[in-house]
Amino acid sequence: MASMKSQNHLLSELIPGQEALISAVHADEALHHRLAALGFRVGNRIQLMRRGRWAGPLHVRLGATDVILRQTEADLIRVSPQ
Amino acid sequence: MKRIALLGMPNTGKSTLFNRLTGSSARVANWAGVTVDLASAKILLGGHMAEMVDLPGIYDLHGFSDDEKVVRHLLEGHPIDLLAVVVNATQIERQLPLVLQVRSLGLPAALLLNMADEAKRNGVEVDCARLAARLGMPVVLLSAKYGVGQPEAMRVLAQALTAASDIGPARRAQMQAVLSDDVRIEQETAAMMAEAVTMPMQLPEQVSDRIDRLALHPWLGLPLFFLAMLLLFQAVFWLGGPLQQGLTWLFDQLRQLALEPAAAQLPDFFHGLLLDGVYSGFVTVAAFVPLIILFFFFIALVEDSGYLARAAFLTDALMAKLGLDGRSFVMVLMGFGCNVPAVMGTRMMRARPLRLLSMLVIPLSLCSARLQVFLFIVSAIFAPAQAPWVIFGFYLVSFLTMIVTALLFRGRFKSSEPFVVELPPWRVPTLRQVTMRGWLEVRHFLSRATRFIVLGVIAIWLLTNLPLGATPGSMDTYAGQLGALFAPLLAPIGIDEKLAVALMFGFVAKEVMIGAFAVIYGMSGDALSQEFARSMDWVQAVSFMLFTLIYTPCISTIATIKTESKSAAFATLAVVWPMALAWLASFVFYQGMRQLLA
Repeated sequence: MASMKSQNHLLSELIPGQEALISAVHADEALHHRLAALGFRVGNRIQLMRRGRWAGPLHVRLGATDVILRQTEADLIRVSPQ
Repeated sequence: MKRIALLGMPNTGKSTLFNRLTGSSARVANWAGVTVDLASAKILLGGHMAEMVDLPGIYDLHGFSDDEKVVRHLLEGHPIDLLAVVVNATQIERQLPLVLQVRSLGLPAALLLNMADEAKRNGVEVDCARLAARLGMPVVLLSAKYGVGQPEAMRVLAQALTAASDIGPARRAQMQAVLSDDVRIEQETAAMMAEAVTMPMQLPEQVSDRIDRLALHPWLGLPLFFLAMLLLFQAVFWLGGPLQQGLTWLFDQLRQLALEPAAAQLPDFFHGLLLDGVYSGFVTVAAFVPLIILFFFFIALVEDSGYLARAAFLTDALMAKLGLDGRSFVMVLMGFGCNVPAVMGTRMMRARPLRLLSMLVIPLSLCSARLQVFLFIVSAIFAPAQAPWVIFGFYLVSFLTMIVTALLFRGRFKSSEPFVVELPPWRVPTLRQVTMRGWLEVRHFLSRATRFIVLGVIAIWLLTNLPLGATPGSMDTYAGQLGALFAPLLAPIGIDEKLAVALMFGFVAKEVMIGAFAVIYGMSGDALSQEFARSMDWVQAVSFMLFTLIYTPCISTIATIKTESKSAAFATLAVVWPMALAWLASFVFYQGMRQLLA
């Protein structure tokens, strides 16, 4: 998927099962801290596990940590698909 | 006495460890300068008594969430001799920065690597000696869930505590001046990981993932969850029903065999006040206890297994439309058993508006106490074939009132709380872990609710027995006069003075209403059912039940809302709004039906 190699994809654009590297986190300071502590740091590997129905939350995996987050928060995170 | 604080991220098993180390001796207390209650306990460490405090789970010592502020304020305002940092060994890479933040405070610290069992299964190997050397603090690998490594942890904590000397004002100043240095911390984490920790390249395919494929299935996920909840409620009633009856029988025996003879010499007034007031009040609370214990037991079970976080995933999209989130849904479900633990359960939410909106919605769920009243009335008024459908209809109405309430108030309680929730792997909760947690919650509930309920019952007893000389429960008593006072308000919805008095009883606890019917009508059992069928038609009965379903949370729920929200104004809203909604719903139904059937 050459077209998906770009740096600037939204986390929510990944397809379930796809892996990516985090390229940027555009959250305000408080949320940035929390996301970083959960493993949302630039350069970290992330995998989209599944998507909730009716535009529900995203289930992602960062190393040994699984996190669910809403589309709104997922849109703050840029990734480059692998 | 020296003081140890337990610090760590959420989902590290920190509280499990706390419970294990302290036994069940913990008490919940208020700390100066800190807005939340924290659990603490005295433990024997190396021949000395020490106090252990369980701090709220935090992701970041320099973060800005309420919990993170609480931890900082506590560290600043209270002397801590030793910080025990709890880390989930499987997630050590992500959690090590917090340990480094703690180390830079300059306080004596020890690292407790919890969930050793899970880490081992996942192929994570930690060289504790090397890590300890790099960190400059003792490191212990343990499993709080199974108690593995506990003696070693106690020994290390005792040693570290003995070695810990008083930190002077200079060290304290250093601690306060500590600034986060994220880049340095990240580099140091990477160096330590390379030296002391072996991580598998890819985590092995887990049983957890296979369960998730089913439990979080796009189509099957929700139905499966509802089925599981249905079974859970069945289990609570199946187990709790006999326990409740047994307890009631026991209290009856106690009253007849011991209390009645003992109080026989007292004047009538005090005899009634003590036995029908105080004792009844105590029994009302006590009858709640088996259900409360079971509910907390099952909440702990569902939460510790990891299903609760999954339910939040499954329902979040729907709840978002109501201004709530996935976690509110879980608590609403719990509310169908008993509103009180459900209201307490909203503690897991961080944003206050979201918590408040959830607390406004939860009391509208048809709790087991209301179900008892409905079963009594429905069986008196409706044919056996219709009865289950009428009950089912009330469950639908209950959901409907919640949706209406959430839609009306979501603008008032708007929260921009980001929904980012950690999804723990599936785990098998141990019995010890679940009972321990359940027990702590139960004790907390009892200590707060007991006095309130007893006082409420005394007040209602006085209302229905004064002035002196009036027939108890009759229209001559203050309660009867109040009933007459409310008549103009209740007549348009088909509720007479006698039922109005019963509604006052229902304010204390809904199941008291059945007892109230008996006192007010002066009959019981089948005779009472027949009197019901004779004195009201089905429209009146449904209108009365609609009102009973919605009109007010019971006293213990209100008390819990008041304590949890720390706001008398909000607790008032939580009573006034349902009251208005109840009247409106009953009015529309009663008058509409009267027009239709005229």
